[in-house]
Amino acid sequence: MFYREAGDFKTSYRDDGQTFPIRLDRWGYYAILAVAFLVVPFVIDSYWANAVLVPFLIYAIAAIGLNILTGYAGQVSLGTGGFMAVGAYAVYKLMTSFPGVPIVVHIVLAGAITAVVGVLFGLPSLRIKGFYLAVATLAAQFFLVWLFNKVPWFYNYSASGQINAPERTILGWAVTGPATTASAKYLICLVFAVVLAWVARNLTRGSVGRKWMAIRDMDIAAEIIGVNPLTAKLSAFAVSSFFVGIAGALLFSVYLGAAEASEAFGINKSFLVLFMIIIGGLGSIFGSFAGAAFLVLLPVLLKNVLVAQFGWPTDLAAHIELMIVGALIVFFLIVEPHGLARLWALTKEKLRLWPFPH
Amino acid sequence: MEFLYASEVLANGLMAGVMYSLVALGFVLIYKASGVFNYAQGVMALFAAMTLVGIMEGRVPFAHLINAAFGVHVSSFGWTVPGLFAILLTALIMVGLAIAIEKLVLKHLVGQEPIILFMATIGLAWFLEGLGDVMWGADVKVLDVGLPQGISETVETMTDNWLGYGFFIDRLDIWAAVIAAALVAALVGFSQYTKQGRAMRAVADDHQAALSVGISLQFIWIMVWSIAGFVALVAGIMWGTKSGVQFSLSLIALKALPVLMLGGFTSIPGAIVGGLIIGMGEKLFEYFVGSMVGGATENWFAYVLALIFLVFRPQGLFGERIIERV
Repeated sequence: MFYREAGDFKTSYRDDGQTFPIRLDRWGYYAILAVAFLVVPFVIDSYWANAVLVPFLIYAIAAIGLNILTGYAGQVSLGTGGFMAVGAYAVYKLMTSFPGVPIVVHIVLAGAITAVVGVLFGLPSLRIKGFYLAVATLAAQFFLVWLFNKVPWFYNYSASGQINAPERTILGWAVTGPATTASAKYLICLVFAVVLAWVARNLTRGSVGRKWMAIRDMDIAAEIIGVNPLTAKLSAFAVSSFFVGIAGALLFSVYLGAAEASEAFGINKSFLVLFMIIIGGLGSIFGSFAGAAFLVLLPVLLKNVLVAQFGWPTDLAAHIELMIVGALIVFFLIVEPHGLARLWALTKEKLRLWPFPH
Repeated sequence: MEFLYASEVLANGLMAGVMYSLVALGFVLIYKASGVFNYAQGVMALFAAMTLVGIMEGRVPFAHLINAAFGVHVSSFGWTVPGLFAILLTALIMVGLAIAIEKLVLKHLVGQEPIILFMATIGLAWFLEGLGDVMWGADVKVLDVGLPQGISETVETMTDNWLGYGFFIDRLDIWAAVIAAALVAALVGFSQYTKQGRAMRAVADDHQAALSVGISLQFIWIMVWSIAGFVALVAGIMWGTKSGVQFSLSLIALKALPVLMLGGFTSIPGAIVGGLIIGMGEKLFEYFVGSMVGGATENWFAYVLALIFLVFRPQGLFGERIIERV
C-alpha cells in the first residue's frame, strides 16, 4: 500500500543497475539527504552535534569500514581501535607538518596511510582464519596503541603525551580546533559519511564486493572459481582500514580535538564498533548506520532516563548500559543474526504486500 | 651477576606464566567440550572474585541499585563469612551461572558458526561485567582468603647459599604454581578416568555421535561450563589476591588468548607450556629490549609473538592439525 515497486519499469540497463533500484527508496534517500544537508545544519545546536550526530556519523564510517572486512569479506577484526589511532596520529602529523595543505587532503591521506598499515597487519589472514585471525588482530590493537604512547615523534614531543588538533579552515570556516561551530563539525562529517557510504555501496555490489563475499562464504571454493584470495583479502583489509582510518582522523581532529592513544583508541573502541555491526547487520551498509545510531543513542537515552529522570548515580547507569548492550548482542545473535538491517528489510517486505498476506 | 639477574627475571616470568595458564585452562576446557571459544572466561574470573569478596564481607547484592531505586541506604548485612565457606557458596553460584548460560544462550546457538558463538561470548562478557558491577559495586576490592603473600624467605636464603644472590619470588606465585599443577592433574584425571570425563571427550569429538549413544548434551555442557566456572574462581582468587579485585582482572582473558594460540586451542598441556613461554618471554623481552624502547612492552609482546608464531604453525604447538574439507 505505502511501499510499491509496481509500475516502476526499467527500460535500460543503466536504470536497472542504479544504486537504489526502487523509486520510492530513491526518493526517500534524496529526502533524507536534503534534510541532512539543508535543514539540520541550520537548526543544530552543540548538544545535538556533540552528543548525537557527530559521533553517529563518525562511528557509522568506522562501522562501514569494519563491515567491509567482517560482514563482506568474513575476516573478523578486533583491531579497529588501533587502526583508528593510526588515522588520528597520521592526520595529526600531517596537519602539524604541512599546515598549508587543506585539511580534507590530510584526512584522506590519513586514510591511505591507515590502509597501508591495515594491509601489513592483514598479511597473516592469508595463513590463518576465524578467531585465530581475530586474536591476531589484537596484536595490531595493542602494538599500535603502545607505539603511539611510547614514541614521542608521533605526538611531537608534547609534555602530556596528548595530541591536540590545531585550527584548520575550509573556505574560511573553522572545522578543527576550539573555534569550530556545531554545524561545521556536523557538515564535514556528513560529507565524508555520505561520500564514503556511496563508495562502499558501489564497491560491495561490484566485482570487488562479489569477490569478498565469495571469500567469506567459502574461501577454498572461491579460490577454485578463480578468486585470488591474496588480492581479495588484502584489498578488503586496505579498503576497510581506509574507512576506519578516516573515522579515526575525524574522531580526533573534528570531534575530540585532543586525544591520548590508550584512552581514546583502546580495546573497548574495537568492541564498540564490532557491536555496532552485529546489532546493525553484518554485510549491510544501511546496517552500519543503524548499528552506529543505536549504540550512540543508547547511552544518551539511558543517561537521560536513569540519571536525569530517576536521579540514579551515573556509574550505575553506565553499568546497566554494559548489561543491556551485552544482553542485546546475545539477543541479536540468537534471534536475528542479520541485525537491524534485516528487520528493516522485513518491514519493507511486509509493507510492499500490505494489506494482502501474500 | 648479569646472568643471575636474568634468571631471576626468568623465574618470575615462569610464575606469571603459571597464572596465564590458569586462565587459559578454562578456555581450553570449554573449547574442547563445546567448540565454543569463550571470551567471557576472564570476566567470569572477575565475577567469581567479586562474588567471593561480596559474600565474605557480607555485602548486600544490588545494593547500589536498591539504594537508587528505593532511596534507602543499605550496604552490608553486618556479618562476615569465613573464606572456605564463601568459596563453596561462590562455586555454587558459578554452577547456577553455567546453567543459566546453557539455558539462555548456548541452547539457542547450537550448530551456529564458531565465530558467531565467539561474538556471543563477547556479549556475555559485557553482560557479566555490568552485572558484577551492579551487584557488588565497581570499587577496587581487597581479597584475602588466607593465602600466604610476600617474599619467600626460604627461596631467598636457599639461593643465597647456593649462588651468593637471593632470588626474589613471591610466595603467592609459588602457591599458584602448586595449585595450578594440582588443578591440571585433577582435570586430566577427570577427563581420562571417569565416566563423565569420557562423555565430555565424546561430545568434543562429535556432538551427534555422542547424542546417539545416549549422552545428554545439555548435562555435559552445564558440567563443562561449571568446571570452567571453578577454574575461573581459582584464577580469580589468585589474581584477586595478587592485585586486588578490579576491572583489569578481566583483561587477563586477553592475555590468555595468545597463550592459547601458542599452545594450541585443544591441548591442556599446550595451555600450560604456552603460558610458561609467554610468561618467560615477555619478562625477558622487557628486561633485555624493553628498556631500550621505552618499556611497557608486556602490553603487546605476547600478541606479536603469537602472531608471528601462527604464520608458521597455525595450529599452535600441541594443537590438532587443522584439516579443511570442501
